[in-house]
Amino acid sequence: MTLPSYPVPEGAGYPAGSALSIRGLAKAFAGKTAVDGISLEVPTGSFYGLVGPNGAGKTTTLSMATGLLRPDAGTALVLGRDVWQDPLGAKRLMGVLPDGVRLFDRLSGEQLITYAGLLHGLDRATVVARTRDLLEAFDLTGDARNLVVDYSAGMTKKIALAASLVHAPRLLVLDEPFESVDPVSAANIRAILTDYVHSGGTVIVSSHVMDLVQRMCDHVAVVAQGRILAAGTVDEVRSGSSLEDRFVELVGGHGPAEGLSWLHT
Amino acid sequence: MVAHLITLKLALLRNGLRRNVAQLVGLIVASLYGLGLLFLAVLGLILLRLVNAGIAGPIVVLGGSALLAGWTFAPILVSGVDLTLDPGRFAPYPIPLSRLLVGQALGGLIGVPGVCTTVALASTTVTWARDPLTFVAGVLGAALALGLCVVVSRLVASAVTDLATSRRFREGSRMVMMVPIVLLGPIVGLAIRGMETNLDAMRALAQVLAWTPFGAPLGVPAAVAEGHLPEAFVKLLIAAASLVLAAWAWSRALARALVTPASRASSGSRAGRRGLGPFGWMPASPGGAIAARALTYWVRDPRYGTALIIVPLVPVILFFSSAQQHQSNLFLLSGPLAAFLLAWSLATDVSYDSTAFSLHLTAGVRGRADRWGRALALMTFALPGAVVITLVPFAVSGRWDLLPGYLGLALGVLLSGSGLASVVSARFTVTVPLPGESPFKRPPGNTTQTFLVQIGGLVTLGLLVLPEIVLVAFSASTGQAGYGWVSLLVGIVLGSALFVLGITLGGMWLDRRGPEVYASLVRSG
Repeated sequence: MTLPSYPVPEGAGYPAGSALSIRGLAKAFAGKTAVDGISLEVPTGSFYGLVGPNGAGKTTTLSMATGLLRPDAGTALVLGRDVWQDPLGAKRLMGVLPDGVRLFDRLSGEQLITYAGLLHGLDRATVVARTRDLLEAFDLTGDARNLVVDYSAGMTKKIALAASLVHAPRLLVLDEPFESVDPVSAANIRAILTDYVHSGGTVIVSSHVMDLVQRMCDHVAVVAQGRILAAGTVDEVRSGSSLEDRFVELVGGHGPAEGLSWLHT
Repeated sequence: MVAHLITLKLALLRNGLRRNVAQLVGLIVASLYGLGLLFLAVLGLILLRLVNAGIAGPIVVLGGSALLAGWTFAPILVSGVDLTLDPGRFAPYPIPLSRLLVGQALGGLIGVPGVCTTVALASTTVTWARDPLTFVAGVLGAALALGLCVVVSRLVASAVTDLATSRRFREGSRMVMMVPIVLLGPIVGLAIRGMETNLDAMRALAQVLAWTPFGAPLGVPAAVAEGHLPEAFVKLLIAAASLVLAAWAWSRALARALVTPASRASSGSRAGRRGLGPFGWMPASPGGAIAARALTYWVRDPRYGTALIIVPLVPVILFFSSAQQHQSNLFLLSGPLAAFLLAWSLATDVSYDSTAFSLHLTAGVRGRADRWGRALALMTFALPGAVVITLVPFAVSGRWDLLPGYLGLALGVLLSGSGLASVVSARFTVTVPLPGESPFKRPPGNTTQTFLVQIGGLVTLGLLVLPEIVLVAFSASTGQAGYGWVSLLVGIVLGSALFVLGITLGGMWLDRRGPEVYASLVRSG
């Protein structure tokens, strides 16, 4: 699957095979540009990584693509449905895990997944069955009846992810799904996502962890200062070196710290 | 080290003020309030010098006991406010326990309450400047009282920081503490009337309190002034022993806090108790799910519970107010007022969600379902609640002829108010405590908008229920039951119509402006 995914000319027709098609999204907060016209094609069935330094505009881009933040310009299509023209149609196809967002954490884990399922309009029998399956898959059955507010950081990410899967979406948009997650839970999440992609689903994740993205994703886009610096398959983007080195090279990093000589024992 | 801690406390205070104008205003208001009370207290204590010891004694003991009780319960109520010198934060530094102890004690006196308490207690020595021995006893008693105030409040603070990590306790205690605060007005009113009619009872209370750690320190000079030297000596022992005991317990608690910094211990022992709760029996639809979730939050989230706990107390408060002013009509308004409080609580519902509201947005919930669910959850208990509370004053006063009119008004206020609140909360978010914060915390933020929304809502609601108000006024002034029955009919029919209209309009608004509502929730927390 080597769809040419960069650059995408604006106004181009919906390329068959794109699960998420971001076109010229732009957003400024109080005059300060956060996202400066980002376009991106996420091929169906791909495991897409969105990497970039803090403040690059990853969260802003994903919020605009999922209907949480109204863009100043541009649009996003989920399997051909416009997120801002046909929000209900697009949202039905999409599972979203926003970053830095509270959960209804005074519900138990079981109640939270049930709630998400019912909000999506599923019938009770389906919700009950899927809630049980998801709790099992994320290894949360033992804590199903504890309040989410009492969960650890890793468990909280897992229950939020489970809630975003309950309506069987075709596309998953995950903002920092591995942040503050322990290695065991991370492996658990990764296995579920990989399995989901193998069965035909599409995942786009944002992350800081280059190593993880290189191992897990087949496509990657590098974002900095609200623009796409490179996008394509992981092999195309890293072009021989490691993704981390390529990333630092693209973004322009800071050398090793000097002036801490007193710290050298 | 002690000086360091005090400097630190002052620096924290100053920096906090520099960052936050609202807090500065708060401090000024608190200072003015404190100064006002302090002025009255000091004046009173100086005047008490002129009356004989038999009268001055009980008053000073009662006042002192109330002061110490305030210091004792303040940490439970506002845990977190004055934990700037939280012992846990000093755990990483090599500081000897004894110095930390003294520094914390003195640090506790910095601030409006500490300064006011010190000045007020110092003024008691004026009251007892009668003869050398009484004056010395007065100084001793005041010093012991001040020490007890500080040490006991620190001890309680240490104890609750241990417990406060268990979330359930924190929430429970705050809700329980709400009851006496709400009832404080009526209690004070009652106490004043009690003082007028029953001085003996107050004197007896003071006598009992003087033998407890609360009243003993200030009971010492009172006993000396009346010439009961052995009694004074025993009270001195009680006060000193309490101080030593409290200090010892506090140092133990502090030592423990230093080796076990506060952790987010979970209370995992309750597993298996809960099932799906309301999710099991509410309709399996988006609206039903939202109702089930809202109902769960009404029970579990103390921010909602705090609003609820006032509602059943409304008739009690109005009963005392009307009894004091010989205005029985005020008491009859219990139902409509409770209905207003219940209905208006919907206006903050979305704000309480904070960013968790994103789930509704990403799931593509229709605005109408959102509005319906929240209102339905409220109605399950607000409707019967408002009816019962409306009945209370009539059951007490026996004026059943006026009941239909007031019931109509209460139902009208509840239904129209819920409809209005459904519209308002789809458009305006207000600043509320964030999930998990103390329900009593008033976060700084867009308070002007919050205030305008409240006032605007109140005025609009007044217009919406004007027909019911007029009909109730007619039925009360003419004494004709017919007006009352019409009011009941209008309350139900007009109220229901406005309720449905509000939900529909609010839903449409939410559909159009969902992302903007969410953006303002993100900004405030």
